[in-house]
Amino acid sequence: MVNCTIDGRAVQVPERTTILNAAAAAGIHIPTLCYLKDINEIAACRVCVVEVEGYDRLMTACNNTVTEGMVIYTNSRKARLARRANVELILSQHDTNCAICVRSGNCELQKVANDLNILSIPFEKQLPKKHRSSLNFPLIRNYDKCIKCMRCVQICDKVQDSHIWDVINTGSQSTVDVKDAYDLETSKCALCGQCITHCPTAALRERDDTHDILDALENPDKIVVAQIAPSIRTAWGEGFGLTPEQATVKRLAAALKITGFDYVFDTNWSADLTIMEEATEFLEKLTHKEENKFPMFTSCCPGWIRFCKAHYPDFVDQLSTSKSPQQMFGAIIKSYFAEKLGVDPSRIYCVSIMPCLAKKAECGYETMRNDQGDPDVDVVLTTREVNRLLRMENIAPGEIDEIELDNPFSAGSGAANIFGSTGGVMEAALRTAYHSVTGENPDPDAFHDVRGQDGWKEATFDIKGIPVRVAVVNGLGNAAKLLDALRKKTVEYDFVEVMACPGGCVGGGGQPIHDSVEMAPERAKTLYAQDAAGALRFSHENPDVIRCYEEYLEKPLSERAEHLLHTDHHGWKMPGER
Amino acid sequence: MSRLTIFTKNEAEKTVESLYKDLERRVQAAQPGLCPVDLASSFLHLCHAQSCGKCTPCRVGLGQLEALIGQVLDGTADMFTLKVLEDTAESIYMSADCAIGSEAARMVLEGLRGFRDDYVEHIKHGRCKSMHSQPVPCVWQCPAHVDIPGYIALIHDRRYEDAVQLIRKDNPMPATCGLICEHPCEVRCRRTLVDDPINIRGLKRFAVEHEDTIPAPKRMPATGKRVAVIGGGPSGLSCAYYLSIMGHEVTVFEQRKQLGGMLRYGIPAYRFPREILDREIEGLKLAGFETKTDYSIGRDISVAELRSQYDAMYVAIGAHTDRKIGIEGEDAEGVISAVEMLRAIGDDGYPDFTGMDVVVVGGGNVAMDVARSAIRCHAKSVKVAYRRRKQDMTALAEEVKGAIADGVEIVELNAPVRIEKDAENRCTGLIVKPQIPGAVKGGRPSPKNSAKDEVLLPADRVLVAIGQGIESGKFGEFGIPVQQGRISAFDTSDIADNEGIFAGGDCVTGPATVIRAIAAGKVAAANIDEYLGFNHEITTDVVLPPIRFDDHKALGRVNMVERPADERRCDFKLMECPMTEEEALQESSRCLHCDHFGYGILKGGRDTKW
Repeated sequence: MVNCTIDGRAVQVPERTTILNAAAAAGIHIPTLCYLKDINEIAACRVCVVEVEGYDRLMTACNNTVTEGMVIYTNSRKARLARRANVELILSQHDTNCAICVRSGNCELQKVANDLNILSIPFEKQLPKKHRSSLNFPLIRNYDKCIKCMRCVQICDKVQDSHIWDVINTGSQSTVDVKDAYDLETSKCALCGQCITHCPTAALRERDDTHDILDALENPDKIVVAQIAPSIRTAWGEGFGLTPEQATVKRLAAALKITGFDYVFDTNWSADLTIMEEATEFLEKLTHKEENKFPMFTSCCPGWIRFCKAHYPDFVDQLSTSKSPQQMFGAIIKSYFAEKLGVDPSRIYCVSIMPCLAKKAECGYETMRNDQGDPDVDVVLTTREVNRLLRMENIAPGEIDEIELDNPFSAGSGAANIFGSTGGVMEAALRTAYHSVTGENPDPDAFHDVRGQDGWKEATFDIKGIPVRVAVVNGLGNAAKLLDALRKKTVEYDFVEVMACPGGCVGGGGQPIHDSVEMAPERAKTLYAQDAAGALRFSHENPDVIRCYEEYLEKPLSERAEHLLHTDHHGWKMPGER
Repeated sequence: MSRLTIFTKNEAEKTVESLYKDLERRVQAAQPGLCPVDLASSFLHLCHAQSCGKCTPCRVGLGQLEALIGQVLDGTADMFTLKVLEDTAESIYMSADCAIGSEAARMVLEGLRGFRDDYVEHIKHGRCKSMHSQPVPCVWQCPAHVDIPGYIALIHDRRYEDAVQLIRKDNPMPATCGLICEHPCEVRCRRTLVDDPINIRGLKRFAVEHEDTIPAPKRMPATGKRVAVIGGGPSGLSCAYYLSIMGHEVTVFEQRKQLGGMLRYGIPAYRFPREILDREIEGLKLAGFETKTDYSIGRDISVAELRSQYDAMYVAIGAHTDRKIGIEGEDAEGVISAVEMLRAIGDDGYPDFTGMDVVVVGGGNVAMDVARSAIRCHAKSVKVAYRRRKQDMTALAEEVKGAIADGVEIVELNAPVRIEKDAENRCTGLIVKPQIPGAVKGGRPSPKNSAKDEVLLPADRVLVAIGQGIESGKFGEFGIPVQQGRISAFDTSDIADNEGIFAGGDCVTGPATVIRAIAAGKVAAANIDEYLGFNHEITTDVVLPPIRFDDHKALGRVNMVERPADERRCDFKLMECPMTEEEALQESSRCLHCDHFGYGILKGGRDTKW
């Protein structure tokens, strides 16, 4: 243990504790800006500078450790002036037009500047003279809001192993930009969006598609249909101060109905459909083991598909051909549902509400169009955008009542519900695969070994004498590790679930942003609690899915199912992909 | 009224002088990878500030050039801007009245030629081509990428054995490098911004001298793979050391009587005592490789046969043959090549130059080595004949200075013409032609004949130190590509069309430094391991002390001192005095820890394994 004095308070902390943590232990808050625990401890912004007795120069609290007898002043005149100067300098190169900023009110720079009571800046404003970012890609970089904290570089390198961002140029021209390509469109970006959720300002944001939806809602010829992804129900209420119990999918459905949506469905329904197809596909492969390469990978996460195609193209043929639940739903809405309504599919405007940036790209792929050439899903809104949409419509969700979701896709199983968390797809698939092989349901919690936030989980389950070796990874860095191990043949699996975002969709790049807090573990609890509490816990028991097969699809992997619900991952190309 | 006054500097002028010194050091310690266009703009700004303001091209033009480069940098320029920039710089160069303007414009023009691609990249894509990938100057400059801030921190913590162990992770020959490394690590040391670079080599030597016993490295499980290393010099031994740790079975073949290569047969003992070399080699052998000395590839076994007996082969035969000077009388008795003389000394065959006049031909470090050795072999006089100026010598300045202190006379600006000999074909002297420095080419003025007459330098011995060649013939015959005597190997040390054969060190680069040879051995070890189908990692379990705070107050560098010239010139005992603990603790406190402070913390200050 080390004894030190911080702002006159005696503190005892373990050796190698940072000044920041030692101060926190004493109840003293030191402002930070670039700091991101374990990921970005690079002391770049120089906001957390403190005075240490015996030294003229200031030290950063975030990455320097206390030593025995150290006397620290976190807010001495010297520290205060330097901290203030550094924030003012950052502000001099930041577009401080906060009123029209997507992160206003949820901006670390704004908060630090406000806390320091900075009311004017003594410096010349220096903003980039040329704006280079495209406004068409789902991920948008605002060069004039970047404060060069390097968090995006670090998240992309250390957690997502994608290496899209880097420090470009030196000296006065230093900035953060796309590495190995001139723009995002031509980069290998998986669109996980983790750089957005870890950006302290609005230097990175999603493309805002809310206005397209408002146009569709006003168009009397359009039947506007929404689907809500499983993980949305864990997070959409955060921005409105609702508890998870209040922020249900039914309350969001009610809000969307007020907004003017004609139908609101639950993506849980198509998640169950995905399981029917994917589990059947897996068992089909397993029974013809010698003809197929293993492991088979899940395909519901478009960030993972993009990553695989861009960085590990040798594994693309092992991806399940099943479309993601979003795209399955789109395909069914513009075929089966259109038939049921007796309308031309072109009249339907299909919106999906997703925790995800990659889904915005996915719905635009050529392979995701119907026979008329229209996209199955017209537009994707992230959780953050749907929150903005509700605010634009002056809806206070806390004050409205829940409604039931619309038929004929109102039912969703608990298995589908946990799709939103790492391990959820695997568990759902195993529940149904077990039933397909044995004819009876397993204990719904039999596969709980794949739950939890670990980056790389593995288990072997015995299904009627067949050992099924599965692995579950979340975060693309973990995916890369697993793929490297597969290449080196140090591991062997039959079935692997990959989710691009740490924690899965609950930690998605389109989810509400809470600076320096990883929300995935808490949000996942909501999904599992709902699964445990529900009566319907198996995809194959979803009555609306059963009816859809009876009335329309016939059976999993039928010709029509193949046509509507499966895809060719080679049908579109990532930049640089051959 | 006084007619004249004595010029005295006012406070402002004195301060500017001192700031110029700061700037000089800053330029000296500039890290690589910076945007050349941004730098060009900054240089121009300084040049402009130096303009007296009299003439148009300089007063106005330099500012406009800077503005044009500014447009390139902020992305508002097009290709026409580049043309205006070039034409204007050309006009300024042609029409400026004095060098303040013309030289500033010349710098811009050189940049436009030298890094035009960067200008174009900025114009077209708003960015620079170069990437700043060198976070820690010393680590990056060291060819073996030794964790220098790490071991300096350990030395400061008095953990000398840990310090040496940390060095061995990347460089298994710390004693060697502690004494004779050319220390490229010090060249860009960021401490230079404050005062002077850290004495890194001296600290390393200090740590090695405070290591009691060399611990035997822990070997990984045997792989059953066999590797032949040809050449028992620093490159071969380093490669053998790491491959052995990785569990491979390694045999080192050395054609001379003893191991060490140029460390023994090229470097005199007063710089590198044999007992220290022997101890280092014994330490390396603890890794478990076998050695066969007095065993020549080509004589005792053919290259093909050797290759067939091993899974992989590393060729590190060094550069051990001499080069002829190509002047009349070179065949005279008493004309000895430096290689020949130092090789004999390596096996304790010291020549006796008692009462003789010795003339050395050459201007490199080897010339200094033989000149200083000749002094120690009791020569009556030792002169070094060199056709350029003293300051143009490729030998390290400190070596030249040391040689002069030892009693060597540098006869600069005198080109060897022929060797005089007597009737018995014994050399009697070297005729030299006085030179004057001419036009500057490649940074050094080319000498040209002066009008002065030829001069005779009496000499009983002429020692020729003008470079070394490589005995690569038999490897070329085997099918290994050889260009101008050098073996052609990639940066990864493998060789085109020769699977399983790797090469590195002097035989690939030509005569270079020991640390480059060691680094090549390390690279080869990693890539041979991979070639053999493994991915063994060399790691360390040394935990570094917490980062030390520092106020960057200027503090004098502890330089190495040598034994008094009068004393050291009489023997071959180590010339350089050790650093004391008091000195080492102060010197290690000067390290700025670029692994933690600055870019290092973002881009990885250290590699804990390779």
